[in-house]
Amino acid sequence: MTEPSKIRLTGVHKRFGDKHVLRGIDLEIGRAESLVVIGGSGTGKSVMVKCILGLMRPDAGDIAIDGESVVGLTGRAHDALMARIGMLFQGGALFDSLPVWQNVAFGLIQGHRVDRRKAKQIALEKLAAVGLGAQVADLVPAELSGGMQKRVGLARAIASEPEMIFFDEPTTGLDPIMSDVINELIVKCTKELGATALSITHDMASARKIADRIAMIHEGEIVWVGPVSEIDRSDNPYVDQFIHGRGEGPITMQVKAL
Amino acid sequence: MLSFVRLTGQALLHLLEMTGRLALFTLSALSHCVRPPFHFRQILRQLIDIGYYSLPVVGLTTLFTGMVLALQSYTGFARFNAESQIASIVTLSITRELAPVLAGLMVAGRIGASMAAEIGTMRVTEQIDALTTLSTNPMKYLVAPRLIAGLLMLPLLVLVGDVIGIFGGFLIAVYKLGFNPASYLSSSWDILTVMDVVSGLAKAAAFGFLIALMGCFQGYYSRGGAQGVGTATTNAVVSASILILVFNYGITELFFSR
Repeated sequence: MTEPSKIRLTGVHKRFGDKHVLRGIDLEIGRAESLVVIGGSGTGKSVMVKCILGLMRPDAGDIAIDGESVVGLTGRAHDALMARIGMLFQGGALFDSLPVWQNVAFGLIQGHRVDRRKAKQIALEKLAAVGLGAQVADLVPAELSGGMQKRVGLARAIASEPEMIFFDEPTTGLDPIMSDVINELIVKCTKELGATALSITHDMASARKIADRIAMIHEGEIVWVGPVSEIDRSDNPYVDQFIHGRGEGPITMQVKAL
Repeated sequence: MLSFVRLTGQALLHLLEMTGRLALFTLSALSHCVRPPFHFRQILRQLIDIGYYSLPVVGLTTLFTGMVLALQSYTGFARFNAESQIASIVTLSITRELAPVLAGLMVAGRIGASMAAEIGTMRVTEQIDALTTLSTNPMKYLVAPRLIAGLLMLPLLVLVGDVIGIFGGFLIAVYKLGFNPASYLSSSWDILTVMDVVSGLAKAAAFGFLIALMGCFQGYYSRGGAQGVGTATTNAVVSASILILVFNYGITELFFSR
């Protein structure tokens, strides 16, 4: 008997008015597996993650974690689910009004009711784990560079040692060296925690580095899923066009003439 | 003709949608105000922000209003030899109407705008989504403390404003118009009833709630980056100011109509 999936999406649909963003997503992520979803901008990657997190409710379909449906969870049940998940947002989404250590310790203090002194100690450990010293702990996010903000976001995502971590465009806006540093940290942190990771990106270098498996989403549908080692011989025209960054192919950009 | 009907219908539907959304938002916010857990640090921060930091604005507004009221009443009442009524006019006008309404409008400009801008920025930078993923309900963490602080602090500000406004009238009456200080104070005290002060404080509590509610509501549902936050800020101040004037009439009817 095969082990049940950690996260399973079945026929997930989501519309915004006339725009049909998710058109029946079927996807499974195994325990302690790192799955990267690639796809162009506006193909529904972020909406899919928001549906899993309960930030948006799918119009149809089911999302199950450890075999239990999480669609429509509210209140304490949703908070309990969130306590098992870490999330790194595209822009960091650090709280401007709080110093760095309180950003990292936020989930511990508010969600897990950890004593502030102990939470600060854990925050400093997590900052060290992502290569940031104690001297940044009392700075506010606006005083940090983009790369440092991503690292603080990563420290916050792993602070409560979650079972699942989601990464939304983890390397967007970073230079290639800092992107590689962030990718290394993601691999290190997820492996150390034994966490299930779901990342969404259009950065192929990042996808190759952090993925066990890659799924490609196009116009709200998963068009290919396979091990990272097979992506170069997928024989899928969408995947081929995307990974080689070609302008010509089945993926067409909607460009309006000026 | 058809497009006119369509536009009217769209505007009506939008109005109904906004009204429904505001009603649900208010109910949800109220329920979070009375249900634990409470974020005492956030409540304290808001109490200081709304109460302490608004004191200079409210103090200056009521001081000069009291002074102008004494001066203008004198020029008008002198025609009918009714100068002795100045103390009564200043006291009743300040406590019943001017202190709560002017303090409300000034605080709407200062606090309502800042709430909408802060929460709106948090919305467009995904900080509100981040709160949810850190097992923290944004309504409880962001909205409820602001409503509680608005409800509690505006009556205190108005109480201080009452004293300062009456003192402003006293200064002009005694040092510019030559009134006897003891008889001015005695006239002020004799005319004042508990209901005059209580009605002003009841108005202030309602205005404080409305200012915080509109600031939070507009910020919470802001969309579209910097422009969206700007629009939310404007809407928060305009809607709170209009509601203050409407509720002022309603509460005056409630207390003083026979």
